Amino acid sequence: MKNTLLNVDQLEVSYGPVKAVQNISFQVNEGELVTIIGANGAGKTSTLNAIMGLTDISAGKVEFNGNDLAKSSVEAKPKLGIVMSPEGRRVFADLTVKENLIAGGITLPKAKCDVRLDEMVKRFPILGERVNQEAGTLSGGEQQMLAIARALMIGPKFLILDEPSLGLAPKIVTQVFELISELHQEGVTILLVEQNVKKSLAVADRAYVMELGHIVREGRAADLSQDKKIHEAYLGAA
Amino acid sequence: MEQLIQFAISVLSLGGTYALLALGLATVFGLLGFLNFAHGDLMTVCGYGLFFMLAAGVPFPVAVLFAVALAGLAAVAMERIAFRPLRGRSPMSLLITSFAISLALHVSFQIFISPKSKPIPIPSYFSGYMTFGDVFISKAQVMSIIISFATLFGLNAFITKTRIGIALRAAASDFTVARSMGINANKMIMLAFGLSGVLAGVAAVMWIAQRGAVFPAMGLTPMVKALIAVIIGGLSNPKGALYGGFLLGLLEASFLYILPDQYVIYRDAAVLLTLIAFLMMRPNGIIATNAEPMR
Ligand SMILES: Nc1ncnc2c1ncn2[C@@H]1O[C@H](COP(=O)(O)OP(=O)(O)OP(=O)(O)O)[C@@H](O)[C@H]1O
Ligand SMILES: [Mg+2]
Repeated sequence: MKNTLLNVDQLEVSYGPVKAVQNISFQVNEGELVTIIGANGAGKTSTLNAIMGLTDISAGKVEFNGNDLAKSSVEAKPKLGIVMSPEGRRVFADLTVKENLIAGGITLPKAKCDVRLDEMVKRFPILGERVNQEAGTLSGGEQQMLAIARALMIGPKFLILDEPSLGLAPKIVTQVFELISELHQEGVTILLVEQNVKKSLAVADRAYVMELGHIVREGRAADLSQDKKIHEAYLGAA
Repeated sequence: MEQLIQFAISVLSLGGTYALLALGLATVFGLLGFLNFAHGDLMTVCGYGLFFMLAAGVPFPVAVLFAVALAGLAAVAMERIAFRPLRGRSPMSLLITSFAISLALHVSFQIFISPKSKPIPIPSYFSGYMTFGDVFISKAQVMSIIISFATLFGLNAFITKTRIGIALRAAASDFTVARSMGINANKMIMLAFGLSGVLAGVAAVMWIAQRGAVFPAMGLTPMVKALIAVIIGGLSNPKGALYGGFLLGLLEASFLYILPDQYVIYRDAAVLLTLIAFLMMRPNGIIATNAEPMR
């Protein structure tokens, strides 16, 4: 019996008159990898920001482990085991790789942070070779790895990834998805937002399709990847 | 040779003071995206702290420590009282508020202390001259070089070696992401103001040591210099503020040497002309940054 970790219920997000997210509901169970796919402007990032507490929730609720997330500040999210690797990577450009990782683990006690830092540097050799390099000078792929490694510092229960493959070369995209798969196998619960529909359906357990602020399809990722309409809308040209 | 040594000392002591002030401005700018115009008045606060403690018979070094700490506390108080209620407003509102604070402080100093200048007795190790062979060196300048470099190294160690310092830089780099990593916004803003106040306090001590007095508008001139320094150096990057401060020191000292005696009064004008020429070539300062201010 799977325990529901994240429960989003009739969530609405609006920016002034613009309703970016309208009445959406979805769940992520413990240990699951769930993906939300959809075109530009569908409301994916707004949904994630609402979960993180970076955007106000206009209506509905977001629960994590049964607790109302609207009641906790952005800063409190890591303590709950929730962390997000944001859209566009957003590494701390003028901090070194090592300092980026330390910032990611800032809520850990110092000794624990050092241990995690060591583990990350070993897990990501491309970062290990560049610990003292300024993050802004890393390549896009390296920055993405750093953004994920930074999120992993706290050993999250729930990892949110916003378009981790955006703007990366095909070979790097493959590496990123391999990493996501590995993390999933290690038992991290993951909510993955992507526009690379094919690859995200291949790694995910379940998927939701968003269009213009609504969830228009949901189901097992394996089923959706066989679905004719999904093929036409998202996979046809690709 | 003597000229060269004296020139170098002028550059380093002026530059060091400007760098500290500019760094203070940049620290707050990095988080909140506005230039705190009341920064110079923190120097004045430090000056009056020094004045009253010395008048009460507190030994100079102790008085200096307390006065610098007072400037730090004043900066934190300024944030709590005036800037925090405006959190989330545009940087422009914060900038205008800082003008108001500066004005209010000037007037308060005039009314509650005195519109006139108050003398501050400077101990002998901080004033007068010493000689190396046939080179005369102002002790205040030497002390200010030592103090500003010690402060710069201390600050550098703090922001690169301690976890809280790294957190502060992360917050300056991307406040939203930093917060989502658990870095507390209020704490960081308090820390930034506290640091900027301490830096203003240290600069004030060096400023006063070379002038021996404090008066209500004392902070204005150094504040303008610090503004020039951050504009030269590029905003929101501590390295830029550092370079800007020293470059301004170099410019001022150079004009002091180059300009014939009767034209020395035009030194600031010459500096500003150079600055305009410089900005026409590099509109974003020495180090161009496009860091996003936080809301
Ligand atoms: N801060 C904001 N203010 C106003 N409108 C916004 C804001 N953020 C997003 N929007 C609008 O909300 C809608 C959804 O945007 P959102 O970023 O959530 O989409 P997305 O699915 O993440 O798109 P993408 O794939 O391009 O990242 C868009 O129409 C966008 O213009
Ligand atoms: Mg998005």
